[in-house]
Formats: sequence, structure tokens, C-alpha cells
Amino acid sequence: METLLQQILNGLVVGSVYALVALGYTMVYGILGLINFAHGEVLMIGALSALTTITALMGVAPELPPLMLLGAGLLVAIPTCMTVAFLMERLAYRRLRGAPRLAPLITAIGVSFLLQTVAMIVWGRNYHTFPQLISTTPIQPIEGVFISPVQISIIVVSALLMFALVTLVNRTRLGRAMRATAENHRVAALMGVDVNRIIALTFVLGAALAAVAGVMFASNYGIAHYAMGFMPGLKAFTAAVLGGIGNLAGAMLGGIVLGLVEAVGAGYIEDFTFGFLNSSYQDIFAFVILGAVLIFRPTGLLGERVSDRA
Amino acid sequence: MNELAELVPYLGKHKPRAARAVVILIALVAPLIAILFGRTWVRVLDFALLYMMLALGLNLVVGFAGLLDLGYIAFYAVGAYTWAFLASPHFAEAFPAFAAGIGAADGIHLPFWLVLPVGAALAALAGIILGFPVLRLRGDYLAIVTLGFGEIVRIFMNNLNYPINITNGPQGINLLDSMNLFGWDLARSIKLAGFKIDSLFFYYYFFLLCVVGSILFIQRLQISRVGRAWAAMRDDELAAKAIGINIRNMKLLAFSLGATFGGVAGGLFGAFQGFVSPESFSLMESIAVLVMVVFGGMGNIAGAVVGALILTALPEILRHIALPLQQALFGQVVLDPEVLRMLLYSLAMILMMLLRPKGLIPAHARYSRPEFVAAGEARA
Amino acid sequence: MIRLLEARAISKFFGGLTALSEVSLTINKGEVYGLIGPNGAGKTTLFNVLTGAYVPDEGEFVFDGTELPTGKPHVVVEQGIARTFQNIRLFRDMTALENVMAGHHIRTRATIWGILTQNRRTREEERLTTERAFELLRYVGIEQFARTVSKNLSYGDQRRLEIARALATEPRLLALDEPAAGMNATETGRLRELIERIRADGTTVLLIEHDVKLVMGLCDRIAVLDFGKKIAEDVPAAVQRDPAVVEAYLGGGHHAQ
Ligand SMILES: Nc1ncnc2c1ncn2[C@@H]1O[C@H](COP(=O)(O)OP(=O)(O)OP(=O)(O)O)[C@@H](O)[C@H]1O
Ligand SMILES: [Mg+2]
Repeated sequence: METLLQQILNGLVVGSVYALVALGYTMVYGILGLINFAHGEVLMIGALSALTTITALMGVAPELPPLMLLGAGLLVAIPTCMTVAFLMERLAYRRLRGAPRLAPLITAIGVSFLLQTVAMIVWGRNYHTFPQLISTTPIQPIEGVFISPVQISIIVVSALLMFALVTLVNRTRLGRAMRATAENHRVAALMGVDVNRIIALTFVLGAALAAVAGVMFASNYGIAHYAMGFMPGLKAFTAAVLGGIGNLAGAMLGGIVLGLVEAVGAGYIEDFTFGFLNSSYQDIFAFVILGAVLIFRPTGLLGERVSDRA
Repeated sequence: MNELAELVPYLGKHKPRAARAVVILIALVAPLIAILFGRTWVRVLDFALLYMMLALGLNLVVGFAGLLDLGYIAFYAVGAYTWAFLASPHFAEAFPAFAAGIGAADGIHLPFWLVLPVGAALAALAGIILGFPVLRLRGDYLAIVTLGFGEIVRIFMNNLNYPINITNGPQGINLLDSMNLFGWDLARSIKLAGFKIDSLFFYYYFFLLCVVGSILFIQRLQISRVGRAWAAMRDDELAAKAIGINIRNMKLLAFSLGATFGGVAGGLFGAFQGFVSPESFSLMESIAVLVMVVFGGMGNIAGAVVGALILTALPEILRHIALPLQQALFGQVVLDPEVLRMLLYSLAMILMMLLRPKGLIPAHARYSRPEFVAAGEARA
Repeated sequence: MIRLLEARAISKFFGGLTALSEVSLTINKGEVYGLIGPNGAGKTTLFNVLTGAYVPDEGEFVFDGTELPTGKPHVVVEQGIARTFQNIRLFRDMTALENVMAGHHIRTRATIWGILTQNRRTREEERLTTERAFELLRYVGIEQFARTVSKNLSYGDQRRLEIARALATEPRLLALDEPAAGMNATETGRLRELIERIRADGTTVLLIEHDVKLVMGLCDRIAVLDFGKKIAEDVPAAVQRDPAVVEAYLGGGHHAQ
């Protein structure tokens, strides 16, 4: 029982990171119909730029309190990621609106690998230790179940950010413009929405969330490197599809569900397969879920049915 | 062949037969020129031919049938691991007792004419297994799911050394048999009248034969009811249905035929390289083959060939130019060869899509036989 | 008179919208059967469920004595029903000739092995496919554009090409969705001749058309759809006088809702 509870807790932590990243995928998909393959790399840039900032600050001002260091890291990571996202939209994706359907996706894959390569050049190939500015020493709220302060902060911060985003989209003029654009670019433009600006903003917003997710991810595992964004990116995309792509609530739900399935699944996969598969197969869950959802319920958990017109 | 010949400047337009002769001549003498610069370059050419086969196979799926497959390298892996399993000591190491029992104490060593078809068939089967569930997926979703498929295959390669040692995990499998053509071991260099003929040459001409065979086959496919059905399905699925094309079968056919090329190329790779490990079948490799197709021009045989050649050779050339250059300029290596390769591929992908989405050699694909068309016109 | 196609109480819903409501009709061999009705009446939807693009929610089609499967377009074509689209759908990058050749797909048999070896049968089949495609281009009157890439054809010629492509499937029933849309008077006149020729050559035609003159002049019988319901079915002259039809087209009051 304790192990199950523990796994659920672990799943919740990872799931909130997936959810944050999934929001970026889902917003962009909702508005452009594009799988922004490079979104996972934004998370990586966030983590590594925060790392550089924190390391530099620790060098000049070692007496700074950890939370301040972390804040400074975020303060650099967020704008950096926003700039990266802005540039990729502006320089690459914008020119491909209305291009043949495979072109934007192939470009996105290219952007993803380009960002990884650039990160490899800037930060090298090695794994970097990410300073544990929030304690990772677990506490025991319930006998036999462990959670660390950093994990608690991940859950809390993710929840706050998601709440903020949903409020923004549902309650503000900007959010209304975003929803209108997602509905139909031409109509939105007729209503006086600056569609290009809204699309750029969508990318930038998603990037900000990914930056925070990257810093949290690196804090939790204590490492960062140039390829760290790839898997979480794919999984977050899976989460977005699972929840129903284009749907904010769906992305959050999908993230949490995926995190839970992974954590609980990894714990029990050996029992289920009579020892044939073990937890090194954990990554398979996401892919199998992705395939299964797309095949059996392409609209996801919360999405509505959209049919192609003949 | 014809598409390639058309690329030859001037002759391609005015003297197609001469152009074709030029292409054949270049293909034949290329390694003889390459060896002047060192063995490495012949090796690069050998690999270029392997990548051509891959690019031709992927082009069938992406270019002809319009299905963006990001897990294509999995089929290459299936072919290579089939070779490793059926033509190396590994089997005896994995199942010593069983192997001794069937009199294969030093592993199974089947001949190439058995292993290659088995590898191709298994790859085709993998293609169908992948194909079935993804039949109804739209372009971008299909891409992600095939990517997931490739990753799943890689995860299995990495972990299937337990509880049964099938793949030997991350270390991979060693000591694969080389290509042995009915007693002629391609991996052995031959001394002839004081001349040493490097084994790399033998592989080159053997691979060349395979590539030429592939090109002929694919060309015939393109100008056939199948090629037209793929093109129709790619251009407008609904209209293709309305003329009675069985979309499901045609997609499965594309996946399995494309996979077959991957499987054969994988077997050749295993024999040539002598060892296989999961590292050779990473996502980056799938992407590399895709870049070759995109760079050359989707849906275009010549594009796949030229794309594979350029994008295999260019990183090597860069390696030989850029490294000494960096040493001279900065006194150290800033961008190592692997970084250069990735940079090249990612930029090629982005810039091609932005500036020349139809590729270096835009396809003007034919789906009808010129002589029949001419005859039809003459009658009209 | 021999029945060729029978629609039995076909219904199709999109969410809350009833696109077709228990539509029944019978098309006889050798006739040109018109299907008319205001915009959004469900005409194209009827084509879509007939040809297997959509699955009907209720009802079935019987074609030449056998029930048609639902949701299997290739079987429907195989049985002998071909269609064109309201908004032309050609294979853009193929030449006109190749478009028609593609249309012959279902009537050819070449195997992968035959294609690989280019054996006699495969070559012969390919030659016949090419020849037949030329004949069809000539039949619809655009043989001079055989080598033209289809997206470069004029609008009217694209419509003709689409008909040729449909004919290449060797249908017994040809379903045309507004073939005259966007055509000028001369082009429409030539289209009318073409459809008459198709009928004379033994293919039954199901025609959706807004051009009243064309429909009235061409069709043997006409069915009228309105809001997914069949409100009339008769010879042209009778349909023209039918008060329900007049109401649907002219009354218009209830269309504003
Ligand atoms: N795929 C679909 N999803 C939802 N609604 C649809 C779909 N296809 C058609 N409809 C609706 O069904 C109704 C009938 O449409 P249909 O296209 O059959 O009309 P039509 O008679 O062909 O009209 P027109 O003369 O304009 O071509 C319309 O209200 C249309 O909006
Ligand atoms: Mg219509």
C-alpha cells in the first residue's frame, strides 16, 4: 500500500512537469495545427541557461540564499526561452503557414535538432550537476511514504502556473483573442485580432512554462544536459494528445495521468510480465499510450469529435 | 537511372544515352578515385551506398506514399540484428546448451542468400506490424507514432539481453560473418600480380549492384498501378478512395516494401561492419535518412541517391577540412565531427523546407511509360 | 425497366443535424436521374454515404440486386459506382493522362512480382491502361492535354478530366456532383452532350445539379431533397409543377431560420 502511494506521489511530481510542458504543445497545436517538435528543447534550454546563471552567481556571490539563486536562474531562463521560441516562430514556422502539410513538421524536427546541437556546442556533451537549491532530502508525511521539499514545490508551482494560464486564457482580452485565433484565423483577423502577434505570444507563453518546467525537472533529478529535453518533450506531447490536443484542461489531465501511469507502471511491470520486462522499459508506456490514444480515441480524453469533410 | 542521367549537365537534356553512360562510368570509377585520397574515402563511399538503399526505401514511404515515417531505422536494425543472430557466434554464447545440442557450438553461420531474405522478410513483417495500427492516422500524428515505434525497438535492443539474451544489450553483438558470395569472402583483400585489391572495393561493387537493383525495382514500381495508387493516395486520399484504391492495402504495401529495403540494407551493414549495437540505430539515424530524402527531393529516385551521397560524404569532408582548420585557427577543436554532422543535418532540414521545399532535384515524377504515351499520341 | 440502384430509408446525422432523413429512391438502368434541392439539402451527403465515404446511420443501398457494404469505398467502386466531386479533386501533380490511368486501378491486376519482372502480362496491361486512358481523354474531348499536369488545366477541362477518371473505373452508375458549376453556356452545352453520350453508351447517370435548364433538359426523372427529406420524385415536367418543390425553392420562408 505504501509503495503504491509512493508511486502515485512520484507520478504526480513528474506528471505536473509533463502537464506544464504539454500546455505549450497544446496551445501551439490548437492555434496552428503544428506539432512543435522543438518544444522539449525549450525545456532543455531553460534548465541549462538557469544552470549557467546559478553557477556564475555562486562564483561571485556564494553567500546568496539558495532561493534567490534559483530565482535568478529562472529570471534568466524564462526570457531566454521566450526569445528562442519567438525566434523559431518568426524565422521558421511563420513562413510555412499554408505550406504542404509535412513541411512545418519536418522543419520543427530540424529546429529541435538544431537547438540540441547548439546546446551541445554551448554546454558540451557532458552531464552537468544541477545544484540542489531546494532540499531533496525526503520527509515522511505518512509512515513509509517519502516526499522531498523540491517535489512539493514542483507540484505547488505547477498548480499555480496552470491556474494562472487558465485564468489568462479564459478571463482576459488576450485569452479571448487567442481562443478566437484558434477557432479561425480569418474570422479572428476580421474581428480585429492581430493574428501574427497572438501566435507569437502563444509560442512565448508556452516557452515560459517550459522554462520553469526545465528548471524544476533539473532540480528534481540534479542533472542537466543537452539532450534532456527530448524525452520529456515527447512525453508531454503524449500527455497533450491523451488529454485531447488543443484543450488546456486536457493537457493538464493528460500530464498527470501519464505521470501516474508511468510511475505506477514502472513499479509493477515486472509482476505483470512475469519478470520478462523490467523498469528499464518505463519509456515504452508513453509510446504505447500515444499510439493507443491516437488509434482508438484520437480526440483524447476531453476532446470533441472532429470529422474530416468530404 | 534515367532520372539520374537527366542530372548530367548538357548531356542529360541532349544525349540521354551518353548521359547514362557518364553516370555508370562515374559509379564504376568512383572508388578508384577515392582510394587516391586514402582508404577512408572508399569506406565513405561504401556507407554512402548503404545510405542510398535506406534513402530509396524511405523515399518509397515518405515520397511516394506520403507517409512520414520517423522510425525507419528500426527496419535497418531488424535486418542488421537478423544478420547478427544468424551469422555470428552470438547464438552459441546466448544459448550454449541449445547450440551445442543442435551442433552449432560456435554459433549459427547461415549463408547470405538465406540471411538477407530472412532479414528482409522480418523487416517487412515489422513494417506491417507498424502499419496496421497507424493506418488511419493523419500525417503529423503518424510521424510521432512511428518515432515512438523506432524508440520502442531501440529500447528492446538495449534491454533484450535479459531474461533471454537476444540482442546482448547495449554492448551489441560482435564478430558478425562477413559477406561470403558462394565461397568468395568479400572482406578479404586479394593480392593479384603484386597488386593488393582492398576488400572495400569488393563491398563497393557489391553494394553498387544492390543499389542499382533497388533503383530499377523502384522505378518499375513508380510507373505501375501501384506507383499511381500511392501518388493518388498521397495527393488526395478521398479522391483516391473514390476511384477504388484500397487505401489500407496500399499503405501496408508501402510500409512493408520500404521496410524490406531497410532490412536488406541492415543485413549488408551488419556484414560490412562486423558488429551491431543499438547506437547505430538511434533516432538521429532515422532523421539522417529522412534528411537525405528531403534534401534530395521527396518522391524522387535521383533525389534520394544524390541526397544520400552528398549527406554521407559532406560530414566526412567537413571532418577532414574543418578539424585541421580549427586546430590552425583556434589551436583546439571547437566543433567536433559529430556536432558538425548534426549541425549540417538540422540546418539542411530547416533551410530546405524554407527555401526549396521540393528538394535539390524537384521531382517531376513519371507515372506512365513514355513509349506507350508516345504510341497513344501518335494514334490520336 | 430494370432497377439499378435502390436507396432504402437512408438517414445520416451530423451531431444534432439531420443531413438525410429516410431518403428512399430508385434509379433505373439507362436513365439520367437528377437530384436537386436548395443548398445544404443533403445532396452531396447522399453521394458520400452511397460511395462509402461516410457510413449511413440508417438504411441501406441495393445495387443491381446486392446490398452495398458501408464504409468501404473501394468495394463500391469495384461494384460499379463512380463519382466526381463538387469541388474538383484531381491528383494535382499527375498529368491528365496519368489521372485517368490511376482511375483504371481497380480494373487492373498486376502483382508486385509482375511489376518487378515486367513480365508480358504486366506490360500488356500497362499498355492497355495507357491506351484506354487516351480513349477516355478523347471521349471527353481533352486528348490534346494528355501530357499537361492536371493542376494547369482550365476549370472546365478539369471537370471533364474528373469525369474521364471516373469513367476509367468502368462504372455502371456514374454519380456527378454539380458538374456544370462554374461553367459558361458553351461549356455547359458541351457537358450536356457528353452526359447524353455517356448515357447512350450504356452508363446510368446520377446527377446533382443546380442549373435548372440542364437538369430539366437532361434528366428522365428527378428527386428533390429539402432539409434531408425527399419531397418529390417524378419526371421533370411534373416536378416543376409540384407545389412542395416550388415552396422549397421559392417560398424560402423556413430557410431563414
Ligand atoms: N462532414 C460533415 N460534418 C458536419 N456537417 C456536415 C458534414 N457534411 C455535410 N454536413 C452538413 O449536412 C448538410 C447537408 O450538406 P450537403 O453538403 O449534403 O448539402 P448539399 O445539398 O450538397 O448542398 P450544396 O448544394 O450547397 O452542395 C449541411 O447542413 C452541411 O453543413
Ligand atoms: Mg453539395
